[in-house]
Amino acid sequence: MRNLITFIWKNYFFFLFLLMEVLCVYLIVQNNYFQKASFINSSNAMSAKVLKTSADVEEYFFLKNENEKLARENAELRSRSMISFSMLVDDQYLVNDTAYRQKYNYTSCKVVNNSTNRRNNYLTLDKGSKQGVKNNMAVITSTGIVGQVKDVSENFCTVMSVLNSKTTISSKIKKDGSYGPLTWDGADFRYATLHDIPTHVRLVKGDTIVTSAYSLTFPEDIMIGTVKSFERKSGDYFYTVEVKLSTEFKKLSHVYIVTNILKQEQEELEKKSEIDSKD
Amino acid sequence: MLNEIIKNILRYIVLVGVQVLIIKNIELGRFINPFIYVLFIIGLPFETPKWVLLFSGFIIGITIDMFYDTAGMHAAACVFIAYLRPGILKLFSPRDGYEFGTQPTIQYLGVPWFLSYSAILILLHHLVLFYIEIFRFSEFFSTFFRVIISTISTLVLIVISQYLFNRKKDQE
Repeated sequence: MRNLITFIWKNYFFFLFLLMEVLCVYLIVQNNYFQKASFINSSNAMSAKVLKTSADVEEYFFLKNENEKLARENAELRSRSMISFSMLVDDQYLVNDTAYRQKYNYTSCKVVNNSTNRRNNYLTLDKGSKQGVKNNMAVITSTGIVGQVKDVSENFCTVMSVLNSKTTISSKIKKDGSYGPLTWDGADFRYATLHDIPTHVRLVKGDTIVTSAYSLTFPEDIMIGTVKSFERKSGDYFYTVEVKLSTEFKKLSHVYIVTNILKQEQEELEKKSEIDSKD
Repeated sequence: MLNEIIKNILRYIVLVGVQVLIIKNIELGRFINPFIYVLFIIGLPFETPKWVLLFSGFIIGITIDMFYDTAGMHAAACVFIAYLRPGILKLFSPRDGYEFGTQPTIQYLGVPWFLSYSAILILLHHLVLFYIEIFRFSEFFSTFFRVIISTISTLVLIVISQYLFNRKKDQE
């Protein structure tokens, strides 16, 4: 026993090194496999505050751009509101009944921290559990999708953006509804890759790609981007499509967090039928 | 001694600030990610006890991790080079050892010594960091290219900073 202790004491430098590396690896693994709020990320109070101040200053430089975008969106919303529709048939009346109910709720957020040039990119937003943000909520902007909420603290949350090796988004081609997973290969923040599109689909450059209805997180028909090019590798039964993302990840400053109000209900039902089928 | 500690804490704050507030926001394309904060470990005095070396590597790595959302990757890379630093210093030591009171800077030991010493540490740091970040072999060569380009850019920034901030020690 004493020999062991003297041995460790003699080589304390090596064992200390080993201990620290194990701690680091533990942190990395824990952060990757359990999607829970870990301490060391940019939503903790100290680093979030520094980043927020920095973003506040930065924001002034983009005010003009942001105003234009808001004005454009306002115009679009106005064109959709009832005031701008005229009644086509005189003998029909609008009845406010219970046939419709709200499924999605939107929360506006400011981007406090953002990156596009790493393999796994994350954003930090200034809304957290106090504002009702939860794990896995969708994040979109007026021009397209952004990502999914990963960790949540009291007043901040981090978002795994589309530009991340771990993000997969269920998407479809708008004109005929054939769907496949969308991933990012890490090459260029303007382009992502859509896999598994059957070859009988008549793809054309510029076709619109939107989110599919199969995702619990994203609402259906949110814009993702347009087809830039597509190819079929020899021996493959599917197209691999290069998609030009409609979201400008370099210019994000205000985004929306989407709450799916009916998500829990759907999840519980699906879980139940899964358990039933096992019996 | 106390003076030296305060000086290094200041260096820590400045380097983390520069890395997080300035360099993080400069995006020079996908392959160029300079990490100038490595200079903190490179520039620690020769007499630093080994365990202090490891702990300071761990602390600056964890601090950078908080801002970069990488949970331990920078810390792992930093502890790794902190562990190898004494060996590399021994490898490059002048014939009769380092003089007492000198520091690992260009001003004390010259350009060729500093270049080879810091290039090796930066390269090892970036190798560990980028391969932990990717954690797969399918992008082996593009990651390697990224390591090389980033190492060069970090080295250039560190050499420039040496000339900018350590000049007055020449006259001492």
